[in-house]
Amino acid sequence: MRYVDEFRDPEKAKTLLKEITSLSARLQSGKGRPLQIMEVCGGHTHAIFRYGIETMLPDEIELVHGPGCPVCVLPMGRVDDCVRLAEIPGVIFTTFGDAMRVPGSKKSLLQAKSEGADVRMVYSPLDALRIARENPDEEVVFFALGFETTMPSTAMTVLRAEAAGITNFSLFCNHITIIPTVKAILDSPELELDGFLGPGHVSMVIGNAPYKFIAEQYGKPIVVAGFEPLDVLHALWMVLKQLDEGRSEVENQYARVVPDVGNPVALDAIGKVFELREFFEWRGLGSIDHSGVRMRKLYEAYDAEKKFVIRSVKIADPKSCQCGEVLKGVIKPWECKVFGTGCTPETPLGALMVSSEGACAAYYQFGDVEKIHSKRAQVQSAEAMVAGTRS
Amino acid sequence: MNVVRPTPDSSTYRRQLGCIRVPKVTMAHGGGGKAMRDLIEDVFVTAFDNDTLSTMEDQARFRLSELAVHGDRLAMTTDSYVIHPLRFPGGDIGKLAVCGTINDLAVGGAKPLYLSCAVIIEEGLEIDTLREIAGSMARAACSAGISIVTGDTKVVDKGACDKLFINTTGIGVIREGIELGVGRVRPGDAILVNGLLGDHGAAILNARGDMALSTPIESDCAALHELIDTLLAEAPGTRFLRDATRGGIATVLNEVAEASQVGILIHEERTPLRDEVRGFCEILGLDPLYLANEGKIVCALPPDQAEATLTAMRNHPLGRDSAIIGHATDGRPGRVVMQTVFGGRRIVDMLVGEQLPRIC
Repeated sequence: MRYVDEFRDPEKAKTLLKEITSLSARLQSGKGRPLQIMEVCGGHTHAIFRYGIETMLPDEIELVHGPGCPVCVLPMGRVDDCVRLAEIPGVIFTTFGDAMRVPGSKKSLLQAKSEGADVRMVYSPLDALRIARENPDEEVVFFALGFETTMPSTAMTVLRAEAAGITNFSLFCNHITIIPTVKAILDSPELELDGFLGPGHVSMVIGNAPYKFIAEQYGKPIVVAGFEPLDVLHALWMVLKQLDEGRSEVENQYARVVPDVGNPVALDAIGKVFELREFFEWRGLGSIDHSGVRMRKLYEAYDAEKKFVIRSVKIADPKSCQCGEVLKGVIKPWECKVFGTGCTPETPLGALMVSSEGACAAYYQFGDVEKIHSKRAQVQSAEAMVAGTRS
Repeated sequence: MNVVRPTPDSSTYRRQLGCIRVPKVTMAHGGGGKAMRDLIEDVFVTAFDNDTLSTMEDQARFRLSELAVHGDRLAMTTDSYVIHPLRFPGGDIGKLAVCGTINDLAVGGAKPLYLSCAVIIEEGLEIDTLREIAGSMARAACSAGISIVTGDTKVVDKGACDKLFINTTGIGVIREGIELGVGRVRPGDAILVNGLLGDHGAAILNARGDMALSTPIESDCAALHELIDTLLAEAPGTRFLRDATRGGIATVLNEVAEASQVGILIHEERTPLRDEVRGFCEILGLDPLYLANEGKIVCALPPDQAEATLTAMRNHPLGRDSAIIGHATDGRPGRVVMQTVFGGRRIVDMLVGEQLPRIC
């Protein structure tokens, strides 16, 4: 398949891996720990597991799977709001597929649907608008979710709804922005990250300039990367190259899709419809300033938070969940106490186990679960020995 | 096309062609009276056209001696078909209901002989649609050389079912000496599939029209018993066969690995996929290994028989794109691992629920 197979060429991968291995060996020596590179975007996490990239990398590199899965960072209280909205008689609740299984405090949208709520899976917010046009006597709510990647399409949908005079359509806006979250991670005291793979599709919209602070203020290299496996390896090599040469810059590996200035038309639509919230709650990470958007007053006729009474009760994550530490890269998914035991894709406790872009689900589905369990046993016995020596 | 038409001189029952004059099924057609009898005779008996059904008894009757010529064990299976939409590129619910049950018999090594057909109809369904689907069942049965010998018809209120549900039960006879089982696979056995994967799943998702993608993908819905005959003739030592329907080949491979306590290693580059299905999955973030098939089998057989069997399968029209996709191993019992095109390895696990498209 053109434009796909070229980016999955195993021969080119071998060449890159050779370089990555020698660079990382040099960089890691004397460090006492592997080099930690965070892929911010869930799409990268998915690609890394889908192609087994972790199994190809040398031990000197550890990939940390960041917060860029919008389904995973959705707090439970917001899922409860979705369920309540969906259960209002006369409401058709429309959503992207992978948000259907996210557990709320009592149930997921999938469970609400089985109990009779009219929940429909759509592939685009425009499908939701079409449903609104076809069902003029019902209220159609679209669960707007995602980073800057999906924001332009929801913004355009609202603009179209307005232009077409459709009034039975609204957004339950849960869009979030990536930059404040990366900053929060960089400010986290436990952080040991050496560099970042930047999100490709977010950057397609926002451009590369917003990442400058990562390189300039925090001194960390960041390379905006594509989603094919060679893209990921190539970008990793670029991060290592920066480290090796003592540089910290914003580089663009995904120039075939990402223009440095982003997409001005998309940014314009976002700016028209949305404005920053003072803060937004992230699952596992807590409240982060200016990390979410809401609809501007001008478009409040399309704002489900204005159209309906939404309780928005804050629900604490289950105590046993360590999603936050996983998201920040402090622990690996398999180091979480409930990974694979209390928390599995069938009965997810934490959201990272829900979407295939979530680090825990990816490890569970594609990773080596037995190996993970034996590693965990090793860690636990080592901890027990240390504790024994101390006492 | 083998369109089954009633022969005018058949005198086994009183034909009342054209006796249904209303355009849609009503509750009266399920009431047990003349309307129901008219529906059964006009639509089903006419289409399925065979002497056993035409006697209009409450059961089909078989001579044991006639069954015994085919083998030494009886095989029986049942399946219900609730597909939306009723018609899709490459088939319809009727063809699916016949082929699916034939395949469930055939993968046990059985020669499929007889089917039942029970339908649950939502009131309001067009009689012409029903006629068309019964005709499609008749054609599929006729070309597979089997008979639909008994049936049942129910009509339910609007909303109580989605247009039409079909259940078919199949009876077949297993040839002597054939021993197939999910727990019989041994390390070293070759794993084969008979062609391009995921066509049915992609065709159905596409036919639902939600994606507004225009692709020429057609369902692979087909009766596989003849291909399986070819395969078993070439490799009588075959250990295991299963049709990879819902859950795709990933699910079947996991079932084998678990039941036989072997590991399974498959190679992404040897997994046959048509470009359209690959593209479809790329766009929607789906994994083709989990997409449904309706004309594909997964087969495990001793390695020394693999190449010859592959050649024999490729000579059959339903096996042209057959491939050896991997083998059973003695490491990691119960695990399916895929060597990716890129050179890495990943676990191919059972799917938890439905495969849902990714957000971005």
